[in-house]
Amino acid sequence: MPQIAQIADTLSGQVFWLLVFFGLTFALVGLGMVPKIMGTVDLRDQQIAGDLAAAQAARDAADSEEAAWRTRENANRSAAQGVIADAKAKAAAASAAKLAEAQSRLDAQLAEAEAGINAARTSALAEIEGVAADAARDIVARVAGTEVELAAAQAAVKEVMAHG
Amino acid sequence: MAAEDGIVTAEKSMMAAEKTFEAAETGKVDPMKQFTIEPVFGSDWQLADGINIAFTNSALWMAITAALVTAFVAGGMKRQLVPGRWQMAVETMTGFIDDLLEANIGKAGRKYVPYIFTLFMFILFGNLLGLVPVGLIPSVHAFTFTSHFTVTGVLAIMSFSIVLIVGFAKHGLHFFSLFVPKDTPFLMAVFIAPIELVSFMVRPFSLALRLFVAMMAGHVLLKVLASFVIAGGSGGIGTGVLVGVPSFVLMVAISALEILVAGIQAYVFALLTSLYINDAENLH
Repeated sequence: MPQIAQIADTLSGQVFWLLVFFGLTFALVGLGMVPKIMGTVDLRDQQIAGDLAAAQAARDAADSEEAAWRTRENANRSAAQGVIADAKAKAAAASAAKLAEAQSRLDAQLAEAEAGINAARTSALAEIEGVAADAARDIVARVAGTEVELAAAQAAVKEVMAHG
Repeated sequence: MAAEDGIVTAEKSMMAAEKTFEAAETGKVDPMKQFTIEPVFGSDWQLADGINIAFTNSALWMAITAALVTAFVAGGMKRQLVPGRWQMAVETMTGFIDDLLEANIGKAGRKYVPYIFTLFMFILFGNLLGLVPVGLIPSVHAFTFTSHFTVTGVLAIMSFSIVLIVGFAKHGLHFFSLFVPKDTPFLMAVFIAPIELVSFMVRPFSLALRLFVAMMAGHVLLKVLASFVIAGGSGGIGTGVLVGVPSFVLMVAISALEILVAGIQAYVFALLTSLYINDAENLH
C-alpha cells in the first residue's frame, strides 16, 4: 500500500502542496468569487421579490379601482331606474285621469240617452192608451151602438193595462 | 544521520519502484500501483533540511483540481440578472452549499460557505478527476489524491481545527459542556462525558478515513476487475467470454457507481464538517 509505504518520503510534500493548492482555491474561489456569486443570487432574489410586490400592489390598485367603478356604476344604474319609475308613474297618472274624464263623459251621455228612452217610452205608452181608448169606443159603438164617454173609455183602458 | 536515512529510504523506494516495474513487465496488474507517488520535477526541493516538497504527480493533480475548480467558478462570474447555463450551474452549487449550511447551522452558517464550498468542490473535482480515463493516453496516469490519507487527513484536521477554534472562541471553556448532553443527571454525566469526548476526538479520523477508504476501495476494485479483463482476454476465447466480458460489464457498472460515490463522499465530507461546526456554533 503506497499510502503507508511512502508516507515517510511523501508526507511533507503532500501536506505542503495540499495546503498550497487548497489555500489558493480557498483564497481565489472561496473568498474571491463565492461571495460575489451569492451576492448576485441575493440581488436577483431581491429583484424578484420587489417585482412580485409591485405586481401585487398594482393588482390591489386595480381591484380597488374596479370596486370604486362598480359602486359608481351601481349608483348610476339605480338613479336611472328612479327616473324610469318616475316617468312610468307620471304616465300612468295622466292616462288614469284621461280615462276617468272619458268615463264620466260616457256616463253622462248614457244617462242622457236613458232619459230620452224613458221619455219616449212614457209618451209611447200614453199614445197607446189614447189609441186603445179610441179603439175601445169604436168597438163599443159598433157592437153596442152606444156612445161611451172618452173619459170612461180611458179609465177602463187604464184599469185593464194596470191589471196586465 | 539524517542524510543517511534519506539515502536508505530513497533506496527502498527505488526497490519498490523496480518491483512494480517488474510486475508490469510480467503482464500482471498491480492494483496498488495507481496510488504510488512519483516526483514529476523538483525531487530535491526542500522546505527546510530533510523536509522534501518535491512536486509529485499527487501535487500535479491537486494543481489541476485547483485550476479546474477556479475555472468552473470563474465561468459563472458573469453576474447576469438572467443567468446563462454556466452561471446557473455555479449558482446551483453555491446555493446547494448555502442551503446545506442554512439547514444545519442556521443564519450563522453563511460565513462558512466559502470554506465548505471550497472543500466540497476540491474533494468533488479531485474524486471525479481520478475517474477520468486519461490512462488511454500513453504514459499519462490519473491520480486520485483523495485516496491518500495524508491528504484527507489534512482536510479533516482543517475542518476539526475550525470546529475547535470557533467553539472555544465563541463559548470559551463552556465549550466543554458539549461532552455533557443536555439534562443529563450528574451520575450519568460522569460516565457519558468520557464517551462523548472519545467520540468527539475520533471525528477527524473518521472524516479522513471515510473519504480515503471509499476512494481507494473503488479504484482498487476497478483495477482488479481490469486485471481480470486482461488475464481473461489473454487466456483464450473461452476465458475471455466467461471471465473477461462479465468483468468488463461489471467495470462499466462500477465506474458509474464510483462517479456516484465521488459525489456522495464529497457531500458527506461537507455535510459532516457543517454538522461539526454546528456543534461549535450552537452549543446544544
